[in-house]
Amino acid sequence: MEPILKAKNLVKRYGRVVALDRCDFDLMPGEILAVIGDNGAGKSTLIKAISGAVVPDAGDVWLDGRKVSFHSPLEARGAGIETVYQTLAMSPALSIADNMFMGRELRKPGIMGSLFRQLDRPAMEKFARDKLTELGLMTIQNINQAVETLSGGQRQGVAVARAAAFGSKVVILDEPTAALGVKESRRVLDLIRDVRARGIPIILISHNMPHVFEVADRIHIHRLGRRLCVIRPQDYTMSDAVAFMTGAKEAPEMAPEMSEPAV
Amino acid sequence: MASETGPADSYESATKGSPETVAEFVHQRSAVHRFQHVLHQTPSLVPLIVLLAAVVVFAALLGSKFFSPFTLTLILQQVAITGIVGAAQTLVILTAGIDLSVGAIMVLSSVVMGQFTFRYGLPPSFAILCGLACGALMGFINGTLVARMKLPPFIVTLGMWQIVLATNFLYSANETIRSQDIVEQAPILQFFGESFRLGGAVFTYGVVAMLLLVLALSYVLRHTAWGRHVYAVGDDPDAAELAGVQVRRVLVTVYVLSGVICALAGWVLIGRLGSVSPTAGQFANIESITAVVIGGISLFGGRGSILGMLFGALIVGVFSLGLKMLGTDPQWTYLLIGALIIGAVAVDQWIRKVAA
Repeated sequence: MEPILKAKNLVKRYGRVVALDRCDFDLMPGEILAVIGDNGAGKSTLIKAISGAVVPDAGDVWLDGRKVSFHSPLEARGAGIETVYQTLAMSPALSIADNMFMGRELRKPGIMGSLFRQLDRPAMEKFARDKLTELGLMTIQNINQAVETLSGGQRQGVAVARAAAFGSKVVILDEPTAALGVKESRRVLDLIRDVRARGIPIILISHNMPHVFEVADRIHIHRLGRRLCVIRPQDYTMSDAVAFMTGAKEAPEMAPEMSEPAV
Repeated sequence: MASETGPADSYESATKGSPETVAEFVHQRSAVHRFQHVLHQTPSLVPLIVLLAAVVVFAALLGSKFFSPFTLTLILQQVAITGIVGAAQTLVILTAGIDLSVGAIMVLSSVVMGQFTFRYGLPPSFAILCGLACGALMGFINGTLVARMKLPPFIVTLGMWQIVLATNFLYSANETIRSQDIVEQAPILQFFGESFRLGGAVFTYGVVAMLLLVLALSYVLRHTAWGRHVYAVGDDPDAAELAGVQVRRVLVTVYVLSGVICALAGWVLIGRLGSVSPTAGQFANIESITAVVIGGISLFGGRGSILGMLFGALIVGVFSLGLKMLGTDPQWTYLLIGALIIGAVAVDQWIRKVAA
């Protein structure tokens, strides 16, 4: 089976710092792939290189078997890759609906849309409300309230809802539970499973080992700018994974069957 | 799946049976608090209230001498140019920038319109198009330096202010085109100075242009994707970029549009003065920034409405004319406007706390 998203030999340097050092990456259809690694290992750069926020200095990316090269998040999004960044990438002063449709606004049909470029607010608000309701996030009273008036968990929920609503090929989540409480984390994890159940593969970057071991089908361990190994959560313990990613323990050879998706 | 028996769920099972409500806040919705919320959603309300209060106070002090259609429309005529330049300034400030070159672009554009007509004998309407193109070009230079070279807007426009103003004096040889010549040969240059009456009210086309411009931009900012992107870029450019906004393109178009609006102000300026003078409009920068700030638009970007700017410009106009009619020293006007600027920014900070 072919990976839906594949990267080979990605290199990215920031001045003299090598953030990605000939890094490889594979994401299989329908799976949740966790990416773990110590701080500064280059996880974020890897994700940005895949999602178009950073253009790698070298290396290739394939989506659905076709070679792609994104120069902006917009291009990656156009290809069906949605990302929820750790910073959430939302404009605090704008409304929930505005934020969900940022960069892909709907225009009114007819002359009001084509000539006067008027936004179709009712349609956008309805869509936003439906998506939030689907994900059980409608504790938010008003779809027009500014994002800055929401709690941290609600903001995360809106960002995940945005990605899940539009991501057709891949959804990338960068530390989605880092800022959340126990119950809010649970809701986001359920949400991640919901998204996978719709057949959309997910890349999950997280520091939270229990969360990673709970939802991931495979775990990509990142160390010093490259892929150290890929493991199955059933085969190793959390302390093994931490030992691999910090270099305390020798990493296992990558088994050939690891390139197959988890069943 | 590992979760069924794994350690992941064990600590979470303790939360079963805990209350389902998340965090409850004590809602002490005092009148002040509710007012703060309303202001947070409609930031142009503060200047509107101040404007109405100022009109009421001066009407009480001066009676029908002030509160007449003639005087009130006179104020509109006096703020027409500030309002148009303020519209350009609003766009730039909403992106968390500032444009110090607005006045210089306005004057250079008016000089281009005049000189192209009188020095080269081009048709006046074509000269006006050249003036608008000149404004667009200046804006494009500003926008490119800000968006592509990543230079701070303050520095870019401070430099452009000097460059454009010097270009203006060098090109025009500091020579004024007289009003009579314009009336005889190119009356279209003075189009915005022409007026019409509605009862006692006197409107110039310049006033109409200002009102239409502000209404049009208000629509664009609120109801089009580009307008929403302007706010997003001013709010948090990195977030906007990641969310898929083409930040650099938005910035360049904002500066270009700002330049074109300044050139329009230059055309209106010819109508107001009658002549084309390279020394006119020296205070347009400060006046436009004053209108924007009093109008409740945040200098940190992303917040405020262009209607607020119009109210801000009108507040300054009402104070200037009202105090003049009262016969006070003009310095009182500046003193009061200074206090209003500081007050407006204080209110802006207070409104922001609504989210905290």
